[in-house]
Amino acid sequence: MHLHLIDYAIMLIYVGFVIGIGFALKRYMKTSSDFFLSGRSIPAWVCGLAFLSANLGALELVGMAASGAKYGIATCHFYWLGAIPAMIFLAVFMMPFYYGSKARSVPEYLKLRFDERTRCFNSLTFAVMTVFASGISMNALAKLLHNLLGWDYNLSLWICSAVVLVYVLKGGLTSAIYTEVLQFFMIVLGFAPVVYLGLKDVGGWTALKSILGGVATDPQKLGLNASHTFAPNAWTSAWTPIIGGPSANPMGVDVFAMVFGLGFVLSFGYWCTNFLVIQRAMAAKDMSAARRTPLIAAVPKMLFPALVILPGMIAVALASQGKDGYRLPPVAIPDRAYPAAVAAVKSGSDAAAISSIIHHGVNADKLAALEKASASSSDAQIGEGLQQAVTDTDYDGVILSLVKKYCPPGLMGLALTALLASFMSGMAGNVTAFNTVWTYDLYQAYIKPNQSDAHYMRMGTYVTVVGVVLSIGCAYVASNYSNAMDIVQLVFGFVNAPLFATFLLGMFWARTTSHGAFFGLCGGTLTSALFHGCTLAAGNAPGVKGGWIAVLQILPSEMAQNFWLAIFAFSSCLFLTLVISLATRRTKTNEELKGLVYSMTPKIVEPDQAWYMKPGFLGTILLLICAGLNFLFW
Amino acid sequence: MGLDIRLPIGLMFTLLGALLACYGLATSTDTNVNCWWGLVLFIFGGVMLFFALRQRSRQKKEGRNL
Repeated sequence: MHLHLIDYAIMLIYVGFVIGIGFALKRYMKTSSDFFLSGRSIPAWVCGLAFLSANLGALELVGMAASGAKYGIATCHFYWLGAIPAMIFLAVFMMPFYYGSKARSVPEYLKLRFDERTRCFNSLTFAVMTVFASGISMNALAKLLHNLLGWDYNLSLWICSAVVLVYVLKGGLTSAIYTEVLQFFMIVLGFAPVVYLGLKDVGGWTALKSILGGVATDPQKLGLNASHTFAPNAWTSAWTPIIGGPSANPMGVDVFAMVFGLGFVLSFGYWCTNFLVIQRAMAAKDMSAARRTPLIAAVPKMLFPALVILPGMIAVALASQGKDGYRLPPVAIPDRAYPAAVAAVKSGSDAAAISSIIHHGVNADKLAALEKASASSSDAQIGEGLQQAVTDTDYDGVILSLVKKYCPPGLMGLALTALLASFMSGMAGNVTAFNTVWTYDLYQAYIKPNQSDAHYMRMGTYVTVVGVVLSIGCAYVASNYSNAMDIVQLVFGFVNAPLFATFLLGMFWARTTSHGAFFGLCGGTLTSALFHGCTLAAGNAPGVKGGWIAVLQILPSEMAQNFWLAIFAFSSCLFLTLVISLATRRTKTNEELKGLVYSMTPKIVEPDQAWYMKPGFLGTILLLICAGLNFLFW
Repeated sequence: MGLDIRLPIGLMFTLLGALLACYGLATSTDTNVNCWWGLVLFIFGGVMLFFALRQRSRQKKEGRNL
């Protein structure tokens, strides 16, 4: 695909502004608190949009469109069930402890509430996971730009990372938060025209529902990852197919796993304990602003499915109609397989032989036509023809395939800039969370305590560079090992799922002891590993996807396996923490737990705040709107 | 923290909007989404800029009064 001067101009203007913001904020970075915590001075609306934007990495945009194509509107559960209730809970019940305890990070809260062991466990796992998450996101973006735009993988990786490094290095967390707000608007305004044009092209929402009804009754026709047929509403109803059981919905999950696994354990485990997003709320100027931050973020979060999931559904409808020859994007043939594959086409090999070279299915009719024309074609033309003959679908390419279809030069630059913005906001979020946890929770706590403030600020700038370099290293690891992402997501699930049980008991039960918290967390993580080692999703071979100890249970899909793993990990952590806490002595006095535990903390009274601005009231309104959306698309 | 983020956001989107709309006009004979979307961006940027500048003048006025 060829980009025009106008497209590059739009990208350059955007890059100029984000770097400019970093330089404009440089003079305000006087202390380590300014660099790592923004001096706790940022207004609620800025923190709210940054809270959302930090979570809106390239993987989210690309992955949600892919899920929209594979599962339809049920993907909205990751928003309406898997985010909004947890964000409201964080604002109403948990933010007062995070912000009021004056902890500088989530691991530091664990230290204040429990002890150093729990803090060390959490900060180490968080730091490692953050770097890997950043690297995987970078790899996904660079690969996408290489496969669909022909951009050099290394160049994409290094240039994007360098831009993030410059503005984070200059303006610290403030710079990351401010640019995340700019990036939020860039993402919305960059992708909105694509969704509008796509929806108009398929004939509007009613026509889309009718086309997807046909797809649901014969998903195999499009090569969708579905082994059987569904009711016509499988792609367009959020709840009816889920209630029908694992075999009635393309996700292959049951209603209990969806509600308890995703809606409670995984979502609360992420939104209520992940320092990456909570750091944005902790940078707010006062307690009231900190509590409003997740509530402000919840408003656009509720509407985001229209921007990130709908394109996937539109792509399936277009492919089903075969409109203007559109098809779901095929998986890219690996660069190293091209020479052998082209030679095989020239020698007239059959489809099975070529499939074994490129490791993907090939359309026999298209291959025959290609072989017939190969005598008069160049190697590049044969390679291009072979790419079009691949039958396997690259769902991650769905969003860019729509951008290519609908955006003329100009809008194309805007949409690609939106994609770059999503990548940068996600990466900056990871880097700023990593440098804070490293400096405060590992370096200051265990390596060099009692140093000057300037020393820690200097360490923060060094570790920002280290964080970016490590992320780039992880991106290369992910690009060389096809299952690197599976492994990292797996470990992330092991660590994240039990964590919410520790926080829940720690914040709402004063009797929870430090022994209970630490051993409960370790036990929950171990349970995750055991559950994964003994279960397998249907269609997978034992190994990194599970069943590496023994296959005791086959689950209908990988998603069902993830949700049930979270349920088991949370339950075992909760049970172990309860039992061990009852069997051991408390080490913290009631006075020490003030501001850390619900029952020990005086209720927040804000007499100046109108009743309709109180977090409880706003949260209730948001929950009602969210419930309304669920009923609307039931 | 000293910087009103609405100012750079407003500046960037008015600039991008103007650029996109002008490009759309210049290429309109090519068989207009660029024009319309450029206008949307320009208006959005203008609104942001208006609020940022209004806040700035208020702060200056308060500073003088003090």
